[in-house]
Amino acid sequence: MSETKKMMYINRRAPYGTIYAWESLEVVLIGAAFEQDVSMAFMDDGVYQLVKGQNTTGIGMKNFSPTYAALGDYEVNQIYVEKESLEERGLTLDDLQHLVWEDEDEDYAEKDSIRLVTRTEMADVLAEQDVLFNF
Amino acid sequence: MKLTIQVNEGPYQHQSADTAYFFAKAAIEKGHEIFRIFFYHDGVNNGTRLTTPPQDDRNIVKRWSELAQAHNIDMVVCVAAAQRRGIVDDGEAQRNGKDATNIAPGFRISGLGQLIEGGVQSDRLIVFGD
Repeated sequence: MSETKKMMYINRRAPYGTIYAWESLEVVLIGAAFEQDVSMAFMDDGVYQLVKGQNTTGIGMKNFSPTYAALGDYEVNQIYVEKESLEERGLTLDDLQHLVWEDEDEDYAEKDSIRLVTRTEMADVLAEQDVLFNF
Repeated sequence: MKLTIQVNEGPYQHQSADTAYFFAKAAIEKGHEIFRIFFYHDGVNNGTRLTTPPQDDRNIVKRWSELAQAHNIDMVVCVAAAQRRGIVDDGEAQRNGKDATNIAPGFRISGLGQLIEGGVQSDRLIVFGD
């Protein structure tokens, strides 16, 4: 496959309660091997997926949130978070994991993966994509 | 146009299994090419031949199998999602030591890469689900 497409994974649901978030992350990790231009979007309850300090002991489910921190190693480093979705839930960027990636071209400088965008800006980002995976 | 269709919800529980089928059928009738239909999440349950709906209801699984056969469509069930939900073919039964299989005719079990490839190779990826 020589063609490179802009592929975005949209995450709209809370991390637990349904399996969508976890199985979405599985697609992202597999998809990372395909050398496409990959990005992720977190909006609506999907912003809860990135909240730091998750503890699933009480619900008997696997806490898969540490996996998000590995995304940078998979060269998934364009992570768009919708500002309004955070605000509507009383969250700020400080409540989320600090996701970073290492830029090979700049002596492995550590850079932020998360880009905070408004709902209007998010619409523009979505419009730029070739393929949208909606979870 | 070349299309890949993703089905994310189970049969009978959710209408998206029906809508995806009607969409696929209509697309073929309009002359479009279906590159692949990929079943994910509870959508993998579209691929069990052990389903027995009441006689006066539609048989969703059989409908998929017949569509695949009539138009030679590649219908793929995600292996990771299938393992969780007990959709099994001969290979999976052997690998995981299961005493039965239930994959319906026309379906095959394969990896998530098949979904990504569908997105890359097709003009449109169309997702049916919540």
